[in-house]
Amino acid sequence: MLHIKNLHASIEDNKILKGINLEVRPGEVHAIMGPNGSGKSTLSSVIAGREEYEVTEGSIEFLNEDLLSLSPEERAHAGIFLSFQYPVEIPGVSLTNFIKTSMNETRKAKGLEPYPAKDLLKKMRDCLELLEMDKGFLSRSLNEGFSGGEKKRNEIFQMALLEPKLAILDETDSGLDIDALRIVASGVNKLRSPKKSFVLITHYQRLLNYIEPDYVHVLFNGKIVRSGGKELAHELESKGYDWIKQELAEV
Amino acid sequence: MSVELLADKLSSSFIVFENELNGETKTDLHRIRRESMELFEKKGFPSIRHEDWKYTSLKPVLKHDYKVFHKGDQALDFSDIKKFFIHDIDTHKIVFVNGVYSSWLSETTHQGYDVCTFSAALRRHRDVTDRYFSKAADNSSAMVALNTAFAQEGAYIRMTKGASAIKPVEIIHFTTEEAGSLLNQPRNLIVLEEGSDVQIIERHQSLGSKPVFTNSVSEIFVHANASLELYRVQNDANTASIVDHTSIQQHRDSRVRTAVFSLGGKLMRNDLNIAFLGENAEAHLDGLTLLDDGQHADHHTRVDHRVPHCNSFEMYKGIYDGNSKGVFNGQIMVRPHAQKTNAFQQNNNIILGEKASVDTKPQLEIFADDVKCSHGCTVGQLDDEALFYLRSRGIPEHEAKALLLYAIGDEVIGKVRLKELRNRLHKLMAKKLNVDFQMEI
Ligand SMILES: Nc1ncnc2c1ncn2[C@@H]1O[C@H](COP(=O)(O)OP(=O)(O)OP(=O)(O)O)[C@@H](O)[C@H]1O
Ligand SMILES: [Mg+2]
Repeated sequence: MLHIKNLHASIEDNKILKGINLEVRPGEVHAIMGPNGSGKSTLSSVIAGREEYEVTEGSIEFLNEDLLSLSPEERAHAGIFLSFQYPVEIPGVSLTNFIKTSMNETRKAKGLEPYPAKDLLKKMRDCLELLEMDKGFLSRSLNEGFSGGEKKRNEIFQMALLEPKLAILDETDSGLDIDALRIVASGVNKLRSPKKSFVLITHYQRLLNYIEPDYVHVLFNGKIVRSGGKELAHELESKGYDWIKQELAEV
Repeated sequence: MSVELLADKLSSSFIVFENELNGETKTDLHRIRRESMELFEKKGFPSIRHEDWKYTSLKPVLKHDYKVFHKGDQALDFSDIKKFFIHDIDTHKIVFVNGVYSSWLSETTHQGYDVCTFSAALRRHRDVTDRYFSKAADNSSAMVALNTAFAQEGAYIRMTKGASAIKPVEIIHFTTEEAGSLLNQPRNLIVLEEGSDVQIIERHQSLGSKPVFTNSVSEIFVHANASLELYRVQNDANTASIVDHTSIQQHRDSRVRTAVFSLGGKLMRNDLNIAFLGENAEAHLDGLTLLDDGQHADHHTRVDHRVPHCNSFEMYKGIYDGNSKGVFNGQIMVRPHAQKTNAFQQNNNIILGEKASVDTKPQLEIFADDVKCSHGCTVGQLDDEALFYLRSRGIPEHEAKALLLYAIGDEVIGKVRLKELRNRLHKLMAKKLNVDFQMEI
């Protein structure tokens, strides 16, 4: 589904990603861990199409298509969703209007008619319920004044509505209280299917108790330096990153 | 034609104008006209050498050989111009075609209050016009003096004590192709007596392709406890220009809301002066400017806190595409006795076009110590992160930009208290942004 080969990316002449290789097959859940500043958000931004990053080498294929030649909106239409580490506040655009525009533009790109308003509203209500969010959010400006946890929940709410093929969750668990974590995780688990894949970027093994990953990767200094099963997350949790750094230094 | 030639033409036109006035030339009112003409002749048209006109040159507007006098009632079919009216609700209407009052298109009233023309008021309500004429407008401005010299026609609204307008008043000036190049100088007199209220919408619309230049002056007196809403829709043809001067005097406990929507036209210059003469009065000054190639808008506002306990709130937003140019100059004066003043001013601009520019300047002159004043001017671009966020949700770049701009515009449009006008402005904005949002806001 997602094929990343030898990906190098930089921003303003700073090399951030230095040769990433990653393959995500349909139905798989991958966790990416790694110290602050190692390039995790950069990787997710590059996949989602943020234009400030320059890809200097390598390739990304999504469903056998060259992803790098697509605009961010085309990537979304193709089925990629990024849950932002820091969701942007957009005053004056209500959540409802935003969702409507987003859903209908996605349908339009697929040659479909807009959703009947009633169906869309029902879908929104269902997803709100799934994430135990108050209806009041719908009429509020997008993310404006939302608490940290509410912003994260709102990201998963959008994911539940858009039903992407590949969802990248960039530290969606950070800033969530225990209950919210459970709710968000159950939202993700509801969406899991043999055709849908997830990339979870996280600092905490805790999330992986709720959403069980097939693979865990460690991103360090712009490279994936270690991959393994879910037990790798436990190892990191107890030992930290120092042992990896040491091993790398020895090599 | 040069600026000097046009000024000469106006001088000789003034003599012709006087000759047709007969006995009226001996009145006080005409004395004011004559003095104003002398003042204009002394000053001439403003040029960029004047501090107040530094960023707005009238030269390209003044090069045309405008007709100064207008004749006849050009027949217009209502169905052709319906869209310029708020036609889904009933309104009082004062309509001019090529500077001449059109009784056919107008719906005036004298029941309980007066909604008619300035020329009619000069004949029938001379006591009122004598009392108010040229008492608020800043005659030291050459453009005001020129308007005053030829003051004869325009809108007249007088809300009598306690009267509440049963419907909004629309003032619309049309110019047609047949009329050729036209200089239009409407003079509005609006008086709200104690405890009265009215909503007014004003618009200038050129239907032809010839240059049209409007030099408009409005004098507005809002007495104790009265309430005024004044909305201006500037969405004219790219051959039309307007210089508007509006002076509002507010007495105690009065409330004023003004909003100007500068969406189209070659040049729009709006001078808005508000003076607080009585305590506990409040004014809201709003503006939304959305311009494209070849358009220029200049907002000069002046809020004069002469007495204590008054509040002014000012919010002007601008979005400039293509090579358009914007100017904002916001003066707030708080006089020594005007304690407990609240004065807030905000001017936010987004530059879209590489060749677009905006000059913004707040001017606070505060001579009292117990006041709350703030101002903020920003010039920036659309937020990249917000844009990426929207696009990452499948919203195409053009629509995403429009959504963000629409949100900015809605901060001003949302404050309009007349739903039908709000809807229209939303539609106008969507049209200007070239998007079709299927949404209710
Ligand atoms: N515009 C920029 N100019 C220079 N360096 C940048 C820029 N943007 C990001 N970086 C750097 O790129 C590196 C990777 O950042 P990134 O946000 O991808 O890290 P991360 O792994 O997501 O970290 P965290 O765990 O803290 O979220 C950091 O060192 C960061 O400072
Ligand atoms: Mg990060």
